[in-house]
Amino acid sequence: MWDYIKLALLAVIVIFAAIAANYARDLAYQVHAILILAVAGGMFLWQLRRIDEPKPVIDQSSYMDGVIRYGVVATAFWGVVGFLVGVVIAFQLAFPVLNLEWAQPYANFGRLRPLHTSAVIFAFGGNALIACSFYIVQRTSAARLWGGNLAWFVFWGYNLFIVLAATGYLLGATQSKEYAEPEWYVDLWLTIVWVAYLAVFLGTIIKRKEPHIYVANWFLLSFIVTVAMLHVVNNLSIPVSIWGSRSVQVFAGVQDAMTQWWYGHNAVGFFLTAGFLGMMYYFVPKQAGKPVYSYKLSIIHFWALIFLYIWAGPHHLHYTALPDWASTLGMVFSVILWMPSWGGMINGLMTLSGAWDKLRTDPIIRMMVISIGFYGMSTFEGPMMSIKAVNSLSHYTDWTIGHVHSGALGWNGMITFGCLYFLVPRLWNRASLYSLPAVNWHFWLATIGIVLYAASMWVTGIMEGLMWREVDANGFLVNSFADTVQAKFPMYVVRGLGGVLYLTGAIIMCWNLWMTVRAAPERAVSNAIPAE
Amino acid sequence: MSTEEKKNAEGFGTTGHVWDEDLEEWNNPLPRWWVWTFYATIAWGLIYTIAYPAWPLVERATGGFLGYSSRAEVAEQIGAVAERNAGITERLANVELAALADDSELQTFAVNAGAAVFRTHCSQCHGAGAAGVAASGYPNLLDNAWLWGGSIDEIAYTVRHGIRNEQSLDSHWSEMTAFDEILSDEEIAQVVNYVLAISGQEHDAPLAEPGETVYLDNCAACHGDAGEGIRDFGAPALNDAIWLYGGSAETIEETVRYSRFGVMPAWAEEFRGAAGLSDAEINAVAAYVHQLGGGE
Repeated sequence: MWDYIKLALLAVIVIFAAIAANYARDLAYQVHAILILAVAGGMFLWQLRRIDEPKPVIDQSSYMDGVIRYGVVATAFWGVVGFLVGVVIAFQLAFPVLNLEWAQPYANFGRLRPLHTSAVIFAFGGNALIACSFYIVQRTSAARLWGGNLAWFVFWGYNLFIVLAATGYLLGATQSKEYAEPEWYVDLWLTIVWVAYLAVFLGTIIKRKEPHIYVANWFLLSFIVTVAMLHVVNNLSIPVSIWGSRSVQVFAGVQDAMTQWWYGHNAVGFFLTAGFLGMMYYFVPKQAGKPVYSYKLSIIHFWALIFLYIWAGPHHLHYTALPDWASTLGMVFSVILWMPSWGGMINGLMTLSGAWDKLRTDPIIRMMVISIGFYGMSTFEGPMMSIKAVNSLSHYTDWTIGHVHSGALGWNGMITFGCLYFLVPRLWNRASLYSLPAVNWHFWLATIGIVLYAASMWVTGIMEGLMWREVDANGFLVNSFADTVQAKFPMYVVRGLGGVLYLTGAIIMCWNLWMTVRAAPERAVSNAIPAE
Repeated sequence: MSTEEKKNAEGFGTTGHVWDEDLEEWNNPLPRWWVWTFYATIAWGLIYTIAYPAWPLVERATGGFLGYSSRAEVAEQIGAVAERNAGITERLANVELAALADDSELQTFAVNAGAAVFRTHCSQCHGAGAAGVAASGYPNLLDNAWLWGGSIDEIAYTVRHGIRNEQSLDSHWSEMTAFDEILSDEEIAQVVNYVLAISGQEHDAPLAEPGETVYLDNCAACHGDAGEGIRDFGAPALNDAIWLYGGSAETIEETVRYSRFGVMPAWAEEFRGAAGLSDAEINAVAAYVHQLGGGE
């Protein structure tokens, strides 16, 4: 019966997509309609061919790891794509001629930039979060993922969202909200996928066999719930036509800006901080073989973090049309957020007490430790930059870009690499990684890459801020905007080189993981431990 | 679930929970420095929100006992500079521009102020160094080729009223004819070669020769008999090596066929409101541009 419902549903989607492709008012919408037509049509045929066939029996007592393996591959793939586009746009800024004439308008900086940010945050980071959360929640709940094939729907649905978003940017569909660029129908699709994700995660926690919920799951659940709320509110908009990608925001003016940065800042807070802290809380103690440093600290910093983060968004709008009171609160909550953020750093680093020698021998632990180090640095830098006096210098400069990247490359990137190195041998049942020296190479390339990136952006950001505010004895501006652009050139080249190193490290990782799956010896005893 | 057997170096046990075979948690207390720093930031935050506008109430937010407002702060800083420069700005606004060079103090002030105005409002088209954008219709302001006049008064007029815009009725205005449907292809080829010839470029002499007649019949009225240009019409000289849109045969042909229509905004406050330039700023930027090298 269920098969027939699925068939009917797919048929309806196919027909609707065909009509949409016909009436499409813009290119992005049309390409997306054809894409959906192809995907739904393929699934329809696939479903039709196996209807009434005997269903393969799935062992319900083991962990559901197939979807996690796909997630790991997607994470590595999107990571390389995202870093590569980042390198391209870094060099486009240094050498504008790289906005190649023949590739206009598709490959200009304005369209590639959201492709880069979405690819690294949502494609690389998002796939890492989904895969790791599925791994963690099963093992710490001693239960198979809830919902049967719903987890597969989450994986494929999420990656379809990414493809729709990415192709939309290149074809010019954007609602011009930073980190929330996809248009209305892509947003609706993500909402459906995200609710399914919440159901799988929560369902698994509810049917857990452990009496207590492990700390990593608090963070992961807070990430899933909050991102759902942020996504829905910030994307409230009315489509201009059901046959086109354009839409109109329901908020206007400073209220729209405030909603956007409430979303934007908490995308950092809950997607890139809380979610990744969830990963940290499982993989660091596992890899170190040590208990988490302090249960009390994890409780206090968890609740403090999620309570405070949600108020900090206005610091993105200092000295704008935003009222002073909102600006003050955003700054104050950001500064108070400093210690709750550092609680995660303390718990991560101090978990290694008694195991510091592993830094010398285990490059995976080293990767995790440096990621926690960058986490601590950027969660200090963030509150500092939210202070109005500092912000009046740093705002709109490349210092912000440097800050974001020391967090993204250092914290999110490095912890994800560590998790991938942890997961691949276990998921593919290998005795060890193919090459530890290659992990070491990855570590150093990535670390030097981040240092080049962050240092060049600090220098150029502060220089830029000082040049913008420089006035002569009579109070007249000394520099034009173009003067600052010209002065930044050498630092832009250094930044691009840092990106090249980071990308090279990631490619070495992909090779290493690939060889681990292909060529590393099998683990003697299968680790597919059935759920208790 | 016993916590007895496992103790760390500080003597604290674990919580007794175990997940996934070996995941445990120490019962370590909160680090003291962490707690106190957290308290300190909270205390500072409370004081700060009492001092500055912060808590939203029903009608309006609390104003803070310091009475701070970011808008007032900016207005105060701008006001302080304006007040300090008030006397000399007043003089600059009313100066006879032609006599500006005689007052070296005012001249220096005007050039500095004008440079700032230029960097803010003019550099987008004319370049940060005022060299224009070659072959894009944004003229170089460093040379002595002037479309509408290069005396300090003429420069100030151009800044005030702009060129071919809708805002100022007194903006400089002229329209070149698009000759695409007026001249034959042959005539266009001839006149293009004639312009190449008088500007001292490589050209097809047999074509250029009859081109002179075409030129005198159609172009000379604005560009002058010898191609020297006429400022009354903003018609550029064609007998030199300076080109607003480019001097190649292809570009000249494009210009002849389809004409050009370069626009510059009227910058005076009367046309742009608060976003416009005051009299003093117009005089200043005229003084700045005039002394760049090409001023007359």
